Amino acid sequence: MGFLEVEAVSHQYAGTDAQVLNEVSLTIQENEFFTLLGPSGCGKTTMLRILAGFEVPSRGRVTLDGQDILRIPPWRRPVNTVFQSYALFPHLTILRNVTFGLKMRGVAKADRHGAARRALDLVRLDGFADRMPSDLSGGQQQRVALARALACQPRLLLLDEPLSALDYKLRKEMQGELKRIQRETGTSFVFVTHDQEEALAMSDRIAVMRQGTLEQVGNPSDIYDRPSSDFVAEFIGDSNLLNAAPDSQGRLCLPGGRALGIRGDAPARVMIRPEALRIAPDGNLSGQVTDLVYSGAATRFLVALDGGEETVQIQQTSTEAAGISMGDKVCLAYDPQQLWVVAP
Amino acid sequence: MSTAASVAGRRRAGLAAPAILCIAFFMGGPMCIMVFVSLVERAPDGGVIWGNFTTDAYKQFLFEENLLGETTLNADYLRIYLRSALLAGFTVLATLIVGFPTAMYIAMQHPRRRALLIFFLSLPFWVNLLVRNYAWLLLLRANGLLDQAAMALRLTSEPLNILYSNTAIAIGLTYSFLPLMVLPIYAAMEKFDFSLVEAAFDLGASRWQALMHVIVPGVKGGIVAGCLLVFIPGLGSYVTPVLLGGSKSLMIGNLIETQFAAARNWPFGAALAFVLLMMVMAAALLRAALLRKSRRAKSSNP
Repeated sequence: MGFLEVEAVSHQYAGTDAQVLNEVSLTIQENEFFTLLGPSGCGKTTMLRILAGFEVPSRGRVTLDGQDILRIPPWRRPVNTVFQSYALFPHLTILRNVTFGLKMRGVAKADRHGAARRALDLVRLDGFADRMPSDLSGGQQQRVALARALACQPRLLLLDEPLSALDYKLRKEMQGELKRIQRETGTSFVFVTHDQEEALAMSDRIAVMRQGTLEQVGNPSDIYDRPSSDFVAEFIGDSNLLNAAPDSQGRLCLPGGRALGIRGDAPARVMIRPEALRIAPDGNLSGQVTDLVYSGAATRFLVALDGGEETVQIQQTSTEAAGISMGDKVCLAYDPQQLWVVAP
Repeated sequence: MSTAASVAGRRRAGLAAPAILCIAFFMGGPMCIMVFVSLVERAPDGGVIWGNFTTDAYKQFLFEENLLGETTLNADYLRIYLRSALLAGFTVLATLIVGFPTAMYIAMQHPRRRALLIFFLSLPFWVNLLVRNYAWLLLLRANGLLDQAAMALRLTSEPLNILYSNTAIAIGLTYSFLPLMVLPIYAAMEKFDFSLVEAAFDLGASRWQALMHVIVPGVKGGIVAGCLLVFIPGLGSYVTPVLLGGSKSLMIGNLIETQFAAARNWPFGAALAFVLLMMVMAAALLRAALLRKSRRAKSSNP
């Protein structure tokens, strides 16, 4: 039995018939960094709001440490949230924002100030206690929101796209910080994001959601290397999905007849990541470069394969790619182990 | 030197000029005349004797001369002011209790519905205040609608005798000024970010705690504006006490009117008006001082 158990939760908002969540079941372990990943409208934020207590699902059960929490109002759940908009109280100083939760729970002043100082230390904002939220930058406000939630010592911390409002560099930095804080506090994190890169970088496990259902749950390399569906393959990173069919000897071949080097007994979708393909004279596949994008360390190519309509993306380090230009004929090599047959 | 900024500033001043001149001429002018009137001797048949300066009118507010020619303290007028302040204060409290939830309810509706509700709220303004107070006269009079309803429900066996009392005035004022409380609070609520309430719940605040620690501070400006908008005209209200109040529940407005009309004592009427003005200004200054103090306390003591 897991720490947090979500059992067959379905939800539709009152007055609508759109099913926002459909029979979602999840298990989250103690001390785990768990990510709900999906495009906007997939139900991930609704799931978070159910865990926080702002929504009661139409059907299903949610238990935390064996206790049914659906009947518990948000203010009595051992769960805290870092909101996407931060939702800092604009009329209170940073210190008062961070002590707010403890004050509501009736913790004595000296104790709550101590806890707030520790929380602010943890997010590296000591010295900001007397400022007002409006005096802080977005990244700093984000840290205050985190400190405010952590000061309550939640069993479960919910984070609703907390990094989406930050610029690229700050986002990278905060990813590392969040991971560090999660390790140091030993709290279970449920992190909601639509950014697959963020999810891969931080999570212990990821649940990919689509239209109110779970597509796949697994650790980052499961999700990236062994996607269970076209949707997951395409949503996570870049991928080439090729249609293949078995020939008379049970080898999977492209429509043009070229054998891929793996076996199968039914038509299948075969995925290979762009970085698994490399330009080599003895390559199994051949084609023509139709597009080329240089992006610093790496260069990406589009190669139209001979004998079919398939076009694949490949990614090479820029040194490897030197000397190749548009229109060149190239051969592509790969390790057949890096092919993945997406479940039909 | 004429910079772009100063040109823009001058142009803005030019745009405000008509309003400023209007206020200066039509409000500032009469005020000056009234200050003058309050400081001269009354003429026996109404009007004043220009040029005979005296502070008798202000003395009359607190003191009277008895038959022996001694000056004694007369608290009658002070009592009327106190009653007015109490009635206006009660009105503020009552409209706040009724108006705050109303404003919050409206602010939490769908935007299109909000506009409709605000329209309904402003509907009473389409009917003259006098007429609306007459309506209350019919409702509150002995054996009126309220009495009949109370007796039909067996809450009382005799007429309640509400009309012509302080209670009737309080009811009338609360009714009249309710929209003035709701509107500024609603305006503040509409700008209030209700996700802060969710954040408060998330941090363990009960509904009451969220209200007191997050919503009320968030709409404080609206609440203060509403209280002033109700208290100040409430203090000087005229129509409601005339219609609903009895001879023993005179308010400042009626007192002033009596001095100018029936008593033909213009200087005293003018003096009464300025005492009222000074009280209101003292209240406003006190509020500003308190606000400044709380702001300073907040910034220095977390």
